[in-house]
Amino acid sequence: MKAFADLLERLAFTPARNGKIALLRDFIATRPDPERGYALAALTGELELRHVTPSLLRSLAADRVDETLFALSYDFVGDLAETMALIWPEGPGGNTPDLPDLVEELMSTGRAALPGVIAARLDQMPASERYAYLKLATGGMRVGVSARLARIAVAQYGDIPVEEIEELWHGLTPPYAELFAWTEGGEKPVSAALAPFRPVMLATPIDLDELRDLRPGDFSVEWKWDGIRVQAVVDQGVRRLYTRTGEDISAAFPDVIDAMQFDATLDGELLVRRGDQVAPFSDLQKRLTRKTTPKALLASHPAGLRIYDILIENGQDLREMDFKNRRNRLEDAAQHWPDRIDLSPILQVKDWDHLADLRADPPDAVIEGVMIKRRDSPYLAGRIRGHWYKWKRDPMLVDAVLMTAQRGHGKRSGFYSDFGFGVWDGDRLVPVGKAYFGFTDEELVELDRFVRQNTTDRFGPVRAVAPKLVLEVAFEGLNRSNRHKSGVAMRFPRISRIRRDKPVEEADRIETLRALLPPEV
Amino acid sequence: MRFSDLLHPTERGLYCPVADVYIDPVAPVPRALVTHGHADHARAGHGAVLATGQTLDIMALRYGADFTGARQVAGPDPVQINGVQFEFAPAGHVLGSAQIRLSHRGMTITVSGDYCRLPNPTCAEWQPLPAHVFVTEATFALPVFTHPDPMGEIGKLMTSLRAFPDRAHMVGAYALGKAQRVIALIRAAGWDAPIYIHGSLQALCAYHQEQGIDLGELRPATAETVTKAETAGQIVIAPPSAFNSPWMRRFADPVVGFASGWMQIRNRAKARGVELPMVISDHVDWPDLTRTIQELAPEETWITHGREDALMRWCEMTQRVGRPLRLVGYEDEAE
Ligand SMILES: [Zn+2]
Ligand SMILES: [Zn+2]
Repeated sequence: MKAFADLLERLAFTPARNGKIALLRDFIATRPDPERGYALAALTGELELRHVTPSLLRSLAADRVDETLFALSYDFVGDLAETMALIWPEGPGGNTPDLPDLVEELMSTGRAALPGVIAARLDQMPASERYAYLKLATGGMRVGVSARLARIAVAQYGDIPVEEIEELWHGLTPPYAELFAWTEGGEKPVSAALAPFRPVMLATPIDLDELRDLRPGDFSVEWKWDGIRVQAVVDQGVRRLYTRTGEDISAAFPDVIDAMQFDATLDGELLVRRGDQVAPFSDLQKRLTRKTTPKALLASHPAGLRIYDILIENGQDLREMDFKNRRNRLEDAAQHWPDRIDLSPILQVKDWDHLADLRADPPDAVIEGVMIKRRDSPYLAGRIRGHWYKWKRDPMLVDAVLMTAQRGHGKRSGFYSDFGFGVWDGDRLVPVGKAYFGFTDEELVELDRFVRQNTTDRFGPVRAVAPKLVLEVAFEGLNRSNRHKSGVAMRFPRISRIRRDKPVEEADRIETLRALLPPEV
Repeated sequence: MRFSDLLHPTERGLYCPVADVYIDPVAPVPRALVTHGHADHARAGHGAVLATGQTLDIMALRYGADFTGARQVAGPDPVQINGVQFEFAPAGHVLGSAQIRLSHRGMTITVSGDYCRLPNPTCAEWQPLPAHVFVTEATFALPVFTHPDPMGEIGKLMTSLRAFPDRAHMVGAYALGKAQRVIALIRAAGWDAPIYIHGSLQALCAYHQEQGIDLGELRPATAETVTKAETAGQIVIAPPSAFNSPWMRRFADPVVGFASGWMQIRNRAKARGVELPMVISDHVDWPDLTRTIQELAPEETWITHGREDALMRWCEMTQRVGRPLRLVGYEDEAE
């Protein structure tokens, strides 16, 4: 357990991505199976342990520590597992078992026995291991190790292209013994899973100046729809819907799965659609947050796909083909699709200025920009410059007044980092949104100090702040909202600048925001 | 006479109306008693200051010789002011730091200032000053704060120096107390190479050495002549604010460390971009804080800057009379 606790500690304090990869590589190289596999799975959130809920931990803590003191501590520390690890009274000690034994114990212990088992383990461990153990039990390591980063570390360790590992990954389960055997010179494992995820091709941002260096005739242009980029896979009757990071979201979209009557791997956008009308992102979000989908929601928020590309058709891999030819195959295939699935249209663009005009005034509010794709590019894994570009619509900006603040949890805990802001409605401020990011670490420290020096009132964890500071808030779109008094809800708001220079009276008015709303349906 | 007739909180700090003096006032007053030289406790511009000789020296170093009108050194013998007796005893916090006990007509109040009970090579050890009322700081008053052995934290630095012999190791430490303590601990760990210090630490380090605290060979880290090659694999001590300045570019692939009690909380360390957090504090942690109150067993415990709520709750749980003073103007960031 100590090796894993040390790894977690060092990952947490190694900011550089390459540094993290090096730590993972070393761990893989020096720790045996199944420890390295379990560690990797724990770090990437792929370890399925049961029943260790925050409330279970809280009740364990309540047996040992006064509830008020625990609550005050948690408010300060901001992370439940860390609070528990630090506050847990030093136990009698003993020998901590190895990581695999602890993982298997957590997997095999029944719900009723679990609290007792966890408490006994905490009594054995020093604080750093308590932290690692609780993180293991609850998931959510927050040390900046994505599944992708872990796969890169494995790839580097075995000197294997990362794409080959990504393709296999979905057929493998922790502790990945056959994968490590391959990296050490053994047989390449055969992907056990049907309908596997294929690495997605991503676009790099571009602007008009950079576009002028490119020949419009070399490119195809499509709208960039504001849904969720997905990969729809049907393989010998097995159907799966993946996000662009390879997360399987099939269970939340039975209506889409039903409509996937083809044998192909398609790249597209998941959208909520009512007939020809594409619904705003917030409608899709309602579907996303569900584990199971009630019938009424399926009827009121029907989901569908708008397809951009084709990777595999009837078992034939088309990824080496250029975009032009893949598009031809796609248009043929589209003949057979049901209503819920359609083709993303190619825009007829004379030159880049013409595209700039189209982009400035898209035919649908749910368009967030344009995609510009080189016609002779193969379908390449990852974000490789020179093939696909995205030219997003400019974010909307509003000058708002800071009104409330709350301590953040997670990364920004201990600082006031969740900010509520408002705009003028007559001579009163009306709240229009909340933002948790967009600011730099230095700005965070500055905002935190401002909040503490200008608190006028407290409501539980929320501080009301004197209306003295103007924030420039950037956001991607605006929806109508009945839940908010202002009647508007921002999409993806973030603080783009602190406007110390601007007097609060000159912040924006609610009328300005209302004018940006999509037309009522 | 009630306790609050002898001492009570005001906007300017704790005030003793009988002697007409303030303790650690946050704004200029005619007569101030100062527990120690940290900027939030020791401010310039008072009419007269009574403090330990070292604290007076430190104030003069920081604010200039004319930081106050009159000054008086608090020595081993108590000082009488308008019939109130004031005793100074070591607080174990930083060089010169003191607790102050007021006695008047059989009533006693001890003001801790900031204090720490771990041995500290740069200052005299904390001594108990029992009283009817104990006014305690509460900087780390949460049960999550259990400060580890400082030598173990220095060990992390030594391990990192061995693992990255080509990188400069920058250790953030506040200028008064923490910086010198960290240097003394590094020396105790057997590191005898020159240690590079930021210019803003120069005067206070020199003063510590004058006072007989051995810090070994110190070199200026802000001199124009310092090269990347020279500081690779070496230790550089600087105030944390210096890490955001272009000065950092002079060092070879620096490892950023920070010595502070706050480093126990991961997000505090991460928010500052620290790679090598070292949990070294000049304040009492939760076990020492609660132990001190138990040992002194005052009739009342008054709680000043920090996490007053948690200590209040502890007093309630242990059937003690606690009182939050809600004094403003003290910072707990600079630890
Ligand atoms: Zn202090
Ligand atoms: Zn203090």
